[in-house]
Amino acid sequence: MLGRTLREVSAALKQGQITPTELCQKCLSLIKKTKFLNAYITVSEEGALKQAEESEERYKKGQSLGDLDGIPFAVKDNFSTSGIETTCASNMLKGYVPPYNATVVQKLLDQGALLMGKTNLDEFAMGSGSTDGVFGPVKNPWSYSKQYREKRKQKPHGENEDSNWLITGGSSGGSAAAVSAFTCFVALGSDTGGSTRNPAAHCGVVGLKPSYGLVSRHGLIPLVNSMDVPGILTRCVDDAATVLGVLAGHDCKDSTTIQDPFKPFILPNLTDVSKLCIGIPKEYLVPELSSEIQSLWSKAANLFESEGAKVIEVSLPHTSYSIVCYHVLCTSEVASNMARFDGLEYGHRCDINVSTEAMYAATRREGFNDVVRGRILSGNFFLLKENYENYFVKAQKVRRLIANDFVNVFNSGVDVLLTPTTLREAVPYVEFVKEDNRTRSAQDDIFTQAVNMAGLPAVSVPMALSNQGLPIGLQFIGRAFCDQQLLTIAKWFEKQVQFPVIQFQEIMDDCSSVFENEKLASVSLKQ
Amino acid sequence: MWARAVLLLLRTPVGGRRGFTSKADPQGSGRVTADVIEHLERLALVDFGSQEAVARLEKAVAFADRLRAVDTDGVEPMESVLEDRCLYLRSDNVVEGNCAEELLQISHRVVEEYFVAPPGNISLPKLDEQEPFSPN
Repeated sequence: MLGRTLREVSAALKQGQITPTELCQKCLSLIKKTKFLNAYITVSEEGALKQAEESEERYKKGQSLGDLDGIPFAVKDNFSTSGIETTCASNMLKGYVPPYNATVVQKLLDQGALLMGKTNLDEFAMGSGSTDGVFGPVKNPWSYSKQYREKRKQKPHGENEDSNWLITGGSSGGSAAAVSAFTCFVALGSDTGGSTRNPAAHCGVVGLKPSYGLVSRHGLIPLVNSMDVPGILTRCVDDAATVLGVLAGHDCKDSTTIQDPFKPFILPNLTDVSKLCIGIPKEYLVPELSSEIQSLWSKAANLFESEGAKVIEVSLPHTSYSIVCYHVLCTSEVASNMARFDGLEYGHRCDINVSTEAMYAATRREGFNDVVRGRILSGNFFLLKENYENYFVKAQKVRRLIANDFVNVFNSGVDVLLTPTTLREAVPYVEFVKEDNRTRSAQDDIFTQAVNMAGLPAVSVPMALSNQGLPIGLQFIGRAFCDQQLLTIAKWFEKQVQFPVIQFQEIMDDCSSVFENEKLASVSLKQ
Repeated sequence: MWARAVLLLLRTPVGGRRGFTSKADPQGSGRVTADVIEHLERLALVDFGSQEAVARLEKAVAFADRLRAVDTDGVEPMESVLEDRCLYLRSDNVVEGNCAEELLQISHRVVEEYFVAPPGNISLPKLDEQEPFSPN
């Protein structure tokens, strides 16, 4: 039952094959069994069971609220949840319990969905590995999949299996792992430069970044206001569309949500792609791209071509500057956003009481990790009076050039762009931490952040397993506010490629022994 | 057809082209003076804490310097992708509130209905008057 898609389990609930309480308990027990993944920071067992009971009452009375009634979901721990600790994986917000729900959380609760818990991330969503949070790294469920383990066994070298676990990607790694490990049917992530799509690709799930302005950011603790978007992680494209249907629309508490009326949609089954034009941006073919992903990318393009779609090479000439531009804009907005954390009204407060400034400084030293402090300092540098024009305004100008590149391509008749989501498949944690966070993010966000600067919708769809038995995802990028068209094409693609289901259930039986070994491994790694 | 073009691209030698993840030149620009560092620490109310953090800033600045190569003459800065739309303004009515109690409870130090801060008007000590960096 847990391996099903949201839509399938929703049908099972309606037909009475399972009750919301049974479903909730199954998920809770799986969350406990997979605790070693570190996907959840907080599990809201009591609340979820209570919501399940209420949902069950509704089903009994035949008053179900719709497709999401009784469906377990998880939320990245940078969305405010009323009465449930919201930490951003930072010491700064440890123990902080918001008095309100983010709009997107409230919308899911209003549909009768069950909030299972809050998922792990990089501190304040700054990172691309889900390794830089105060609660420790998230482990990729595929590390424990039959597919990956069997491939590893074939290799001659006898490395210690359990210290070689893989990262999930990030920063919404906890949400991606939660969906991938079957502990919930949908999870919310956030996406500023690829934080939903990157872990989706590494964990073999669908990761949707909607158009900027379509989904409310109210209650999402901001990283970069002009680029942040709530993201949706599910097991299939249809599920992402269902959830988008619930979340999208104007919110009077977020002035950056557009007022155009939004109608929830059901994705049609495309039978004919011959009228479609798929663009392949040539600048996305970089030397760092793994040859395996590159060949899957061409295979995907050939697939469209062989079914009659027009596949053309296009140019986004400013692509190579995009990641640099993103770096300047991101750190600058971070510097300004993080000013709110001063220890006075909420969050961590140090014991120093010499002066207000000394209290602020010590609170922020204790509260933020090196990555966050580093970005705040860089951002402040770019915003200095003498640097403002040369760095910040310059980056804003380059941003327009990047956004215009996309406009030009779409005006030339391209319907969607097809690109890789990541340079390579998920790497082992020990490999990943060899580079610093900034370098890592510059590499890992490379195919994803330009979309955020242009405000476009994009979705990562798992395509196939690599030679190592690990998921590889490709990204589709659509025109602004054409999320439905984007998802329709993604759904067609998903159906063609038939991505294999993670064989994880069998592993669950001996996961207790894995857990014991893991504990030792992670202790030695952390030092 | 596109595939052939992409293949051709691949065959061009990589050395001449700068991959967009190549590392910033550590010798290049991006040097940050001690004065600027002190100024930044005051502005950000965050200290660097170590020499590595300063080196990290210098690398970040060197990375950002690549933008200089882009010709942006006559290009307007872009602040928001929604710049062509009207910003929604709701009518100026109180729709929620009366949550002072709730909000005060989240704070670590309050007196009656006030958040309590230590004495103001005392600036941070100058760098040379400070205790040496202590790692957290």
